[in-house]
Amino acid sequence: MVAILYLISALLFIFALRGLSHPESSRMGNIFGIIGMIIAVFTTLMFKSVLSYYEIGAAILIGGAIGSFIALRIEMTALPQLVAAFHSLVGLAAVFVAAAAFYDPVAFSIGKVGSIKTASLVEMSIGTFIGAITFSGSVLAFGKLQGTISGKPIVFKFQHLINALIFLLIIFLIVLFVINQSPTIFWTIVIVSILLGFLVVIPIGGADMPVVVSMLNSYSGWAACGIGFTLSNNLLIITGALVGASGAILSYIMSKGMNRSIINVVLGGFGGEQDTSANKDNSDKIVKQGNAEDAAYIMKNADSVIIVPGYGMAVAQAQHALREMGDILKKEGIEVRYAIHPVAGRMPGHMNVLLAEANVPYEEVLELDEINHDFPMTEVSFVIGANDVTNPAAKTDESSPIFGMPILDVEKSQSVLFVKRSMATGYSGVDNELFYRDNTTMLFGDAKKMCEDIVKSLSA
Amino acid sequence: MEAHSSEVFVIGLTVFFLACIIGYYVVWSVTPALHSPLMGVTNAISSVIIVGAILAAGPQGFDTSKIFGLIGVVLASVNIFGGFLVTYRMLSMFKKKTKKTKEKK
Repeated sequence: MVAILYLISALLFIFALRGLSHPESSRMGNIFGIIGMIIAVFTTLMFKSVLSYYEIGAAILIGGAIGSFIALRIEMTALPQLVAAFHSLVGLAAVFVAAAAFYDPVAFSIGKVGSIKTASLVEMSIGTFIGAITFSGSVLAFGKLQGTISGKPIVFKFQHLINALIFLLIIFLIVLFVINQSPTIFWTIVIVSILLGFLVVIPIGGADMPVVVSMLNSYSGWAACGIGFTLSNNLLIITGALVGASGAILSYIMSKGMNRSIINVVLGGFGGEQDTSANKDNSDKIVKQGNAEDAAYIMKNADSVIIVPGYGMAVAQAQHALREMGDILKKEGIEVRYAIHPVAGRMPGHMNVLLAEANVPYEEVLELDEINHDFPMTEVSFVIGANDVTNPAAKTDESSPIFGMPILDVEKSQSVLFVKRSMATGYSGVDNELFYRDNTTMLFGDAKKMCEDIVKSLSA
Repeated sequence: MEAHSSEVFVIGLTVFFLACIIGYYVVWSVTPALHSPLMGVTNAISSVIIVGAILAAGPQGFDTSKIFGLIGVVLASVNIFGGFLVTYRMLSMFKKKTKKTKEKK
């Protein structure tokens, strides 16, 4: 009976993910997920060995209240940090469950204290290892996304060698743990894994965070899998595998969006270093500057406008002002669409959520593959808070660090409006030749203020 | 005993690989626009390790293992409620075009 209920719960989780194939079915999917979780929890509470309902109920209420409070309060721009923080909790929970299984193996029927089955010990320590890495890696990713820790990659000598040695040390500790089952070694594994988690994320820069967040998502799944094997629980194994696969695929999509291998991202150190030589080359070139009235005039006289938002838009909280601008243009009979680069924002799909929050209908928001061939037929590209993802150097300049990265072909539209705070380079440190083209107008200023000013000029 | 436990492990492994394959196909079918909600949902469901935490917290009395279990339950609950709620919030924002105000071409 228990196995059947767990199976139903696992199936509901699969349907929950399946629902996300379309916005229309996604809400139902989320409800499937919730029902699946309720079934899983109540099934477990019905176990004969589970007696302390009050304590468990109180724990669920405390955790649930904290979780609900945070989830209802959080700003959508802070979503990446929130997800990173949540991942760290999954990792930590996995460590605690593994520790509990180690101290009371009878409750999980995996042996007795001091004589736990070898297979269970291996599975337990792997679960602990992945859980601890997920925990510390996510804490650091949270810090970088939140801005409490510098988003710049921190690189030092022999970094990768040190990480490799620590990894070997952990394997050695796991072998030792399986042999002597000592609590001291168990906690040593936890501490060393936590250290490794920090070291793995430290060299990775701010804009590579979409890959890191996806990867930690994947780890949290594998950690659940490890615990699932320890407890011989199929529900945990299935769910862990689903989550692990999901995170892995997202990491793959994100690194492909930057034309870099996952290995390259993980090794870190990308960005941050300013490519001064390239900047000097362009110092004598002329940049055409404009203001909000110019932008309003150009867009008012166009038939079609494609808006390209980037992380800068999210930072400036400009999505609402931007949508207002789009609405006015639409009323004028101008076709307005949004183009989203796969790595725009700090987590997969972040821009889509921000635009949805600002009430932009999702049919108007298109992915790179869907919209890229429309730029030549478009009169105005309005780039706001994005830079590297529009840089034509990715297609032409083989020496550029971003060469080969898929970009949005804004340069093919008749004119380009660039909202930017300054001439500073993007994350990659590469100068964007688009700024110096004849058909480009630079709009310097805060993204939100600029949109509001354009709205004023349009309605005047 | 040994034969039995290795059998259990192989069944677990079978389930694991089949679930990975299902995960692979299901996740590729997710539309890129909903990748953030996908992370929200996966985050919530990965907290199904609450099952293990409940088992550890289940016995009466108070020992180390029970305390660890209860901490696990709290942590996982933060995630379950937080994950599903934030996903709900995200998904309720994704709206179609408002009914009859479609732009004329």
